[in-house]
Amino acid sequence: MDLRFGDSKPTDEEKTAVDDLLGPPPSAWEGADDRTTGDLRWALGGRDARERRDLLLPGLHAVNDRVGWISEGALTYLCRRLTVPPAEAYGVATFYSMFSMRPRPATVVHVCTDIACAAAPGADAFQAEVERRLGPAGEPRDGAVWQPSPCLGLCERAPAALSIRAGHGCPSAAGPGGGVPANGASPNGSSPAPSGPAPGEATYATAVVAPATAEAVEAAARAPEDAPEEPSAALAVPQAGEPGLRLLSRIGVADPESLDEYRANGGYRALRRAFALGPAGVLREVTDSGLVGRGGAAFPTGRKWQATASQPDQPHYVVCNADESEPGTFKDRVLMEGDPFALIESMTIAGYATGAHKGYLYLRGEYPRALRLLTNAITQARARGLLGDDVLGMGYAFDIEIRRGAGAYICGEETALFNSLEGHRGEPRSKPPFPVEKGLFGKPTAANNVETLVNVLSVLELGAEAYAAIGTGKSTGPKLFCVSGNVERPGIYELPFGATLGDLLRLAGATDDLRAVLLGGAAGGFVRGDELDIPLTFEGTREAGTTLGSGVVLALDSSVPLPRILLRIAEFFRDESCGQCVPCRIGTVRQEEALHRIAERVGTSGGAEGSADDIALLREVGEAMRDASICGLGQTAWNAVESAIDRLGAYA
Amino acid sequence: MTAVPLDPPRRLVEFELDGEPTRVPDGSTILDACRSAGKDIPTLCQGETLEPKNACRVCVVEVEGARTLAPACSRKAEPGMTVRTDTERARHSRKLVLELLASATDLSTTPRASEWIKEYGAKPDRFGAEAATMNEPPKIDNDLYVRDYDKCILCYKCVDACGEQWQNSFAISMAGRGFDARISTEHDAPLTDSACVYCGNCIEVCPTGALSFKSEFDMREAGTWDEERQTQTTTVCAYCGVGCNLTLHVQDNEIVKVSSPLDNPVTHGNLCIKGRFGYQHVGGGNPAGA
Repeated sequence: MDLRFGDSKPTDEEKTAVDDLLGPPPSAWEGADDRTTGDLRWALGGRDARERRDLLLPGLHAVNDRVGWISEGALTYLCRRLTVPPAEAYGVATFYSMFSMRPRPATVVHVCTDIACAAAPGADAFQAEVERRLGPAGEPRDGAVWQPSPCLGLCERAPAALSIRAGHGCPSAAGPGGGVPANGASPNGSSPAPSGPAPGEATYATAVVAPATAEAVEAAARAPEDAPEEPSAALAVPQAGEPGLRLLSRIGVADPESLDEYRANGGYRALRRAFALGPAGVLREVTDSGLVGRGGAAFPTGRKWQATASQPDQPHYVVCNADESEPGTFKDRVLMEGDPFALIESMTIAGYATGAHKGYLYLRGEYPRALRLLTNAITQARARGLLGDDVLGMGYAFDIEIRRGAGAYICGEETALFNSLEGHRGEPRSKPPFPVEKGLFGKPTAANNVETLVNVLSVLELGAEAYAAIGTGKSTGPKLFCVSGNVERPGIYELPFGATLGDLLRLAGATDDLRAVLLGGAAGGFVRGDELDIPLTFEGTREAGTTLGSGVVLALDSSVPLPRILLRIAEFFRDESCGQCVPCRIGTVRQEEALHRIAERVGTSGGAEGSADDIALLREVGEAMRDASICGLGQTAWNAVESAIDRLGAYA
Repeated sequence: MTAVPLDPPRRLVEFELDGEPTRVPDGSTILDACRSAGKDIPTLCQGETLEPKNACRVCVVEVEGARTLAPACSRKAEPGMTVRTDTERARHSRKLVLELLASATDLSTTPRASEWIKEYGAKPDRFGAEAATMNEPPKIDNDLYVRDYDKCILCYKCVDACGEQWQNSFAISMAGRGFDARISTEHDAPLTDSACVYCGNCIEVCPTGALSFKSEFDMREAGTWDEERQTQTTTVCAYCGVGCNLTLHVQDNEIVKVSSPLDNPVTHGNLCIKGRFGYQHVGGGNPAGA
């Protein structure tokens, strides 16, 4: 490949950021300054460098974390190091919302404006006050800039904000001895980090502010490193410590930083049982348990694993989809923050069963605490022989690498996630071929969501039969629900499948004034506040003409302006569409435009008639999006709005 | 009917197409099958010489048992499949896709677009005068070609042709996201500062005229472009010994653009800067467009 890289040079800071990740450049072919005689005789880099394309996203993070934005010189240098065409790398960098290709202040504050935060009491006043203190969105002031953000996954503590300061903690910014994890993590265990990225070694500082006040947001914008500690993840679990919990049993009970406490509370029993059963035995148990994917698609996990395991093509991969970005969903964050070792153990089991030796944990970029805790968990597990060449002395090799997303809801779609991991734009691939056949790096891959994986521990601990006895015939096992909105005790609830919506909302303390409940997040659908007897199972919700999706239960009382929420949902899909296929790229824009027209017309004379036209238009566009889009994003972008019109009588 | 392959024999796949039992060689797409059966399925992003990208979705068909519609251009025919190309559902999506495209993009130079819009009864105007459009002025930064992204439907064909599928120049890529996604060079630099080698192979594959010869763009602006008056002559390029075929498009005794036959086994429609643009010496006169 004869690539043209141009003349832009990186600054020393940018070069160091990239070299810290990739090591010093081995030759002038990869961008070293001095050309040796050898370089004139042999072309080095080339194929080797090209095969590290998957380090493009970590490389962009490295620069963005340290400098705050990605300059032409930095991108050029990164391209040279990895033999990636600059136009492609530019296409990748501009895909993610957390990166900037223009100079901007080191501190960026993401203020969540998504459904749960928009429905929080005083949301408008809060935003106005943020604007008064930090200036208009997108306009730098005093070394910081704030911007509205899609759901930050902190819905139980709405409203929420996340402040990120680049360059904090790196040697040149903080003097020698910097480079420590910004949040004060002290990874136990002494095994050296693998070559490549060490995500916990932050060169940036973060502050999660939730529940947020404008003062706290302002303070986090001035000095994110001094922000007070986030409340413990256990506070997101109102049932914490109650007997009978399976998925949440350790949250608030065992210290999420301690492997010993994890083991003392039942940790690594499931992996031992897996080794006793052998891979075929694990596959049988998981299949017999009736476990289906908890990410929203409800695909049988056993079938997925079996199909991956049986592929002759090698190697196999395990991917944990922790890119939880569905508005209203925060269960995976709470699981990862409250019980990180459980995810490491269950990924190891998934690897063992499917014949994989490498697992990738794709974590959304907006979860700094989960990143820190998972990094710590992996380091400790590695040090204690629970990951590595010889897991538990059973002769099975498995390791996990964490990869950070950079702000793109679409990367939760499994094939888009693969593309993102591989260093391409996070655009979904068309299926078939399915991931079990051609997934990550074109190899057989089992991709599972966090909650699904954590369920596997229960399957192995209880045995398939006992697990399948929980819940209903078709929806087996325990299920997590993310309850937010107008309830007294928002948070994650664990209930066996089959409980009704009313059971759950009573637990969470819903108000009498309940007007609507959004099930399944922005991609899900609304039900009326009086439809509380809907059973929370996949088949029950389907029968009721709605969906369980990822387990979102967002309660809205009559104080919440429904048309505004619908507009926000439309805006979300327009923002998050990757732009690859026409129905979604243009359809989501037309949907938002029609909703704006309807909102403007409300109360005007002749509004009803015009609105009827627009609703008909919405239906037609929605049907084409559902039928003809490449992936689930476009296919579900009209669900919530449709259900609000049909079930709630919005705009009637 | 049965398509006859010229390659070594392949297993035949039997499936049902619009109620007719159909046999196609293993690996054929539904679109291949439709074309050999004489069915006209609209396609925009599909390219004869490129891997199907299935981004435009105007070729969607109904496959029995599938939750969503399938793009005919990339979905392989499978044994026992039942495919319907002309259902109300498929036609609805095609109509809407045409409406959406035509409401956001200038399809005036897209061959057959107006014919399909009529056939499917698409009414792009119904999204209102305020409907967002691509809204891009043409990029004219060199004397050879013009990028008019107002006409771009983001089919990725030029990206694929410039990248690993043909030219390996990687000068352009998709940048941005969603409705703001655009074909772009790195940092949106002018083409002259990019890795472009001016082979023009992106123009060859562009289905909408978003990429065009400067000569064609100027003549269209001046209103002098008239395909009726043009002749096409296929000849051999005289620059080197490879033997690429050139098709010279001549209007009023002037070469106005050069293409290459897609079915040529040597070039598959690809040329280099000399074959594509180095024709000024033929007339001995002024460079085109100068």
